[in-house]
Amino acid sequence: METVTLTIKKQPDLRLEAEKITPDAFAGKSAAEIADLPVFEGRETAKLGTYFDVAGKGGATAAETKIVIKGDASRVKYIGMKMTAGEVLIEGSADMYAGAWMEGGKLVVKGDVDAFAGTGMKGGIFEIGGNAGNYLGAAYRGDWRGMQGGTIRVKGNAGSDIGYFMNGGTIIVEGDADVHVATHAEGGTIIIKGNGKSKIGGQMVKGDIYVFGTIDVMMPGFVYRKDVDLEVDGTRATFALYEGDMGERHGKRKGEVIYGKIYQKY
Amino acid sequence: MAEYLIKNGFVFDPVLGIKGDRTDIAVKDGKIVESTALSNPQVIDAAGKTVMAAGVDIHAHVAGPKVNAGRNFRPEDKLFTYKAGKGAMRMAGGFSIPTTFKTGYEYARMGYGTVMEAAMPPLYARHVHEEMRDTPIIDEGAYPVFGNNWFVLEYLKNNELENTAAYISWLLQTTRGYAVKIVNPGGTEAWGWGLNCNSIHDPVPYFDITPAQIMKGLMEANEYLKLPHSIHIHTNNLGNPGNYETTLDTFKLFEGEKPKDSFGRSQVMHHTHVQFHSYGGDNWGNFESKADVMMDYVNAHDNLTIDIGQVTLDETTTMTADGPFEHHLTELNHLKWANRDVELETAAGIVPYIYSPDIKVCGIQWAIGLELALMAKDLMRVFITTDHPNAGPFTRYPRVMKWLMSQKAREAQIDAMKYGDKVRDATFIAGLDRELDLYEIAQMTRAGTAKALGLGHMYGSLKVGMEGDVAVYDYNPETADDPELIEKAFGNAAYLFKAGEMVVRDGDILSNGRKRTLWVDVKVNDNPQVRRDITEKFLKYYTVSEANYEVHEEGYLRNPFRIEVDATQ
Repeated sequence: METVTLTIKKQPDLRLEAEKITPDAFAGKSAAEIADLPVFEGRETAKLGTYFDVAGKGGATAAETKIVIKGDASRVKYIGMKMTAGEVLIEGSADMYAGAWMEGGKLVVKGDVDAFAGTGMKGGIFEIGGNAGNYLGAAYRGDWRGMQGGTIRVKGNAGSDIGYFMNGGTIIVEGDADVHVATHAEGGTIIIKGNGKSKIGGQMVKGDIYVFGTIDVMMPGFVYRKDVDLEVDGTRATFALYEGDMGERHGKRKGEVIYGKIYQKY
Repeated sequence: MAEYLIKNGFVFDPVLGIKGDRTDIAVKDGKIVESTALSNPQVIDAAGKTVMAAGVDIHAHVAGPKVNAGRNFRPEDKLFTYKAGKGAMRMAGGFSIPTTFKTGYEYARMGYGTVMEAAMPPLYARHVHEEMRDTPIIDEGAYPVFGNNWFVLEYLKNNELENTAAYISWLLQTTRGYAVKIVNPGGTEAWGWGLNCNSIHDPVPYFDITPAQIMKGLMEANEYLKLPHSIHIHTNNLGNPGNYETTLDTFKLFEGEKPKDSFGRSQVMHHTHVQFHSYGGDNWGNFESKADVMMDYVNAHDNLTIDIGQVTLDETTTMTADGPFEHHLTELNHLKWANRDVELETAAGIVPYIYSPDIKVCGIQWAIGLELALMAKDLMRVFITTDHPNAGPFTRYPRVMKWLMSQKAREAQIDAMKYGDKVRDATFIAGLDRELDLYEIAQMTRAGTAKALGLGHMYGSLKVGMEGDVAVYDYNPETADDPELIEKAFGNAAYLFKAGEMVVRDGDILSNGRKRTLWVDVKVNDNPQVRRDITEKFLKYYTVSEANYEVHEEGYLRNPFRIEVDATQ
């Protein structure tokens, strides 16, 4: 595997849109070719090399390419967008839309990510060492196709509206999550190991939510069914199972209505 | 103004009967002229290329409140589609509901010069005109909707033909409209009561009139007014299995009727997007094509024209003044839905829709559209549309041409479907080996549509004296053998001349042209009753005053082009 190291040398005045920072775009390119890739600052098109020092070269394919980003990338959007393979390691933080529409490979952010990280994600592994912003693993504005596959793990806390219109995949938040979890979800799994707030599973059609800590207010559309013993992300415990959202349409499987499920740990 | 001599192209002109002969076309002062009239022309070498009059689209939803509502509620339709402005072009984007600028550019790049907005809610006519004004290059007109309008329902209920005609005259003039559009007659009004009209004989609640009476009455008023275009119908029961009977009932309403206009059209009724109205079966399981029944009727009756409403197998945005149908659609696909009621006049609904090649019903819908064209005897009466954006975006017209011109391309598409064999079983597509030629495509996209619109004296032909609207495509009909070349060439015109100005070269937009807005000013005898009714309705019911309703030519219309008709005799 070849490694490309990007070291930020100039902070953009406006937020930088750098959708080309992916193993797919870097594969088969030399440092000079990578530095020549386009980025956008506001309405102006610039070159990646204007903002980053580029060292190393891309591998023959995306799968054989690793990108390491050094310095503060908290003003750089769209890192790892649509990546299908390979690895991206961000040593600091990243701006909005990190890993959006990601299909495969591994994206690791040691710091925080801003909103819409993992939007419409289809596959791969996305790890966030710090906190995640709002709309983690959600759908793009207006779209009904949220996160569909892959795994996102947040070591810290997550903002509001995570898993909005989620259809598949797994989001694990090791800290707390803000309001609105899995709104409109039609599949997928969200595990909150800390506390939840209110509006969890609103308008949820299908999918599973596990909350280890407290829930401020349970949605009135959810009904307690029974207690279940489960192992969730390495923890064995008894959970209270709620089903909902009763205000939504629900499909049937083998004659049984399939609801969205919230499991709260005792 | 520049003079152009377009030399040695393969010319296709159904009006002149030219079928691919190498002929020179001369353009001067915005018109087609004799070559001898040119003094110092710029010569365009069209050798090995196809030359036609610019395209004329008879039915597309490209401007106005529901198109804009679609843009507003589908940000995901814009995602990754925007291109920065360059040269004459402004920034433009969107896929199924492109911005006004992209609408103009994309039509021009396909060699189209004229487009009709198919449904204008009169109350929002100002919005429609504002968007058309911002749509560059193409000439446009808009059809106000009449089929659920309270004035029309009341006049027709009492068989008051002259009053209906006087009201149409007033509304066309007030909204700067072009023709009489009818969408789900009575059904959209019934939707206000949570009901619908699923056959042409279902009475409309409160008004106690049937869709059949509305359509027949409006046809009579339209002929009384001698308007350039006939009534333009989207009948009841759209999109439902078994609806072909409703469509046939609608066609039969006009049996024996003759046009009375002096604009040269041959039809008394245009039925739009017939694909959506040609369904057999009684549920989605036994859903099947009835294109054969439809075309047997259309082929045998020359007083009607149709357009196909071809499904393009894309993700698109459906939008129609057929409010109840859109509610039905959102119940089917569970995607977002917007509905808008327009007081006294109409309503509209919007739902995103994915025509997936992996779904059998979508495959059958795709086949039906093509069958309508491939079974047609007279392609001067059967036109290419996608009911943009309902069955697919207009930018797919070149792909539709490819399917119509190549059985190989059709078979490749069916093979790419998940249930191709089931689609073949439920349709006639597999048995149709007809491949349309460019002459027939020219009939379906310019000569036929221009004639049906009553604009055959301006557009659709390269006859001397016509508008200087000429499209040149990099397509050699003698040597081309790959169907993909059709799609490529017709989506990237080598040249488009609009009113004598070169606006497209090699698929690039060179100029925003001098687009015109077409509207019909029909004079009728003074009708005090209708004047009084209008004043009263505005005082009693409308939330706006009459003065805030009228669309003024100045300010709202780009280069207004008024077509005058005298119906006082």
